[in-house]
Amino acid sequence: MPTVTMTVNGTQRTGTVEGRTLLAEFLREHLGLTGTHVGCDTSQCGACVVHVDGSSVKSCTCLAVQADGAEITTIEGLANGADLHPMQEAFRDHHGLQCGFCTPGMVMSAIDLANRSPDPSEHEVREWLEGNLCRCTGYHNIVKAVQAGARAMGGGS
Amino acid sequence: MQDFNYHAPKSMDEALAALRGAEGAKLIAGGHSLLPVMKLNLAMPTDLVSLAGVPGLAEIADDGDSVTVGAMCTHAQVAASGVVQGRIPALAAMAEGIGDAQVRNAGTIGGSVAHNDPAADYPAACVALAATIVTDRREIAADDFFQGLFATALAEDEVITAVRFPAPDRAAYAKFANPASKYAVAGVMVAAGADGVRVAVTGASGDGVFRVAEMEAVLAGSFSAEAVAGIAVSSDGMLSDGAAGAEYRAHLVAVMAKRAVEACG
Repeated sequence: MPTVTMTVNGTQRTGTVEGRTLLAEFLREHLGLTGTHVGCDTSQCGACVVHVDGSSVKSCTCLAVQADGAEITTIEGLANGADLHPMQEAFRDHHGLQCGFCTPGMVMSAIDLANRSPDPSEHEVREWLEGNLCRCTGYHNIVKAVQAGARAMGGGS
Repeated sequence: MQDFNYHAPKSMDEALAALRGAEGAKLIAGGHSLLPVMKLNLAMPTDLVSLAGVPGLAEIADDGDSVTVGAMCTHAQVAASGVVQGRIPALAAMAEGIGDAQVRNAGTIGGSVAHNDPAADYPAACVALAATIVTDRREIAADDFFQGLFATALAEDEVITAVRFPAPDRAAYAKFANPASKYAVAGVMVAAGADGVRVAVTGASGDGVFRVAEMEAVLAGSFSAEAVAGIAVSSDGMLSDGAAGAEYRAHLVAVMAKRAVEACG
């Protein structure tokens, strides 16, 4: 069975996996990082979005072996102790969530957008969130939160 | 998903050896076409050979009258490329319209072209722009490469290394997208250049990408939206599913062709 080593939220982690083990499964079941959610398992809903080498990807459509040697950031890697990441803070301030299931993916996706576009327009945010589905129909506040979060990040990650 | 042996070669020679080493071996690039079909057990490879570690496959080169896109370039990379935006803006815009941001960050041009999904965007761009598919051993014209539903001219152990697109005088892509997946329900790329006017359609036919000779002939005489607007496309062989029936798809082809010509300016 293959062994994979990757830097997850700043810490090097090694594990033995099957070839078919998905990155989402490795994070959740091997490393216990259950903040990354699996909704559809068909790369449509975006609940499983994490950063691989700085880019947002759907971890349900990435093999753990494909991420061997990569730098991974999950929702657990954002806050600094009790201090939330500016994007998390913005989701709280703007009530950008209802049930919260889609939130980790929304936040990870939003940070990737903010890194590329520090002051995104509403249109830009809505286009970017194409791949993140919210079943509570809460997009309105999510869009506000992403715009505020991006501004609060001030061009930094 | 059935388990498999995973290979991470560091050179093309190693990749070819791994591919030839097992009868059920398949290549994996970004995995965004292959992993979904493996989850459904529609593909059950015994071995997966990743191209991620093979050097030189993710570069975009400006060749003057053409642009060469490495097989491992992601859709996001093509969309953001200054070279592609400058030489073939229609190709950059098409890449920007694939799936969603996360799909574009992982999916690759080589993977999409090799998979030849009948609703994928790239086959229309390759055929309309008269692209050449470059492999580890030869060059294949796009017209000869795509051979029907999920079928291509590739040999079992052949590896796409790049796709070379001649820069057109003008080109545009118009797509009626499935609202959930963003796959093309009907997508039409129109291009005018050294190879004349070419009109390629994806998403509509069960046989995958096809050209519309009647539209090409009319546009060669008069390159205007009005010229194609009156040309009806037959619904024979068109896909019919929850997104659109065959007759509606045929109608959409004409509408998208008209929009693409308009967008050429």
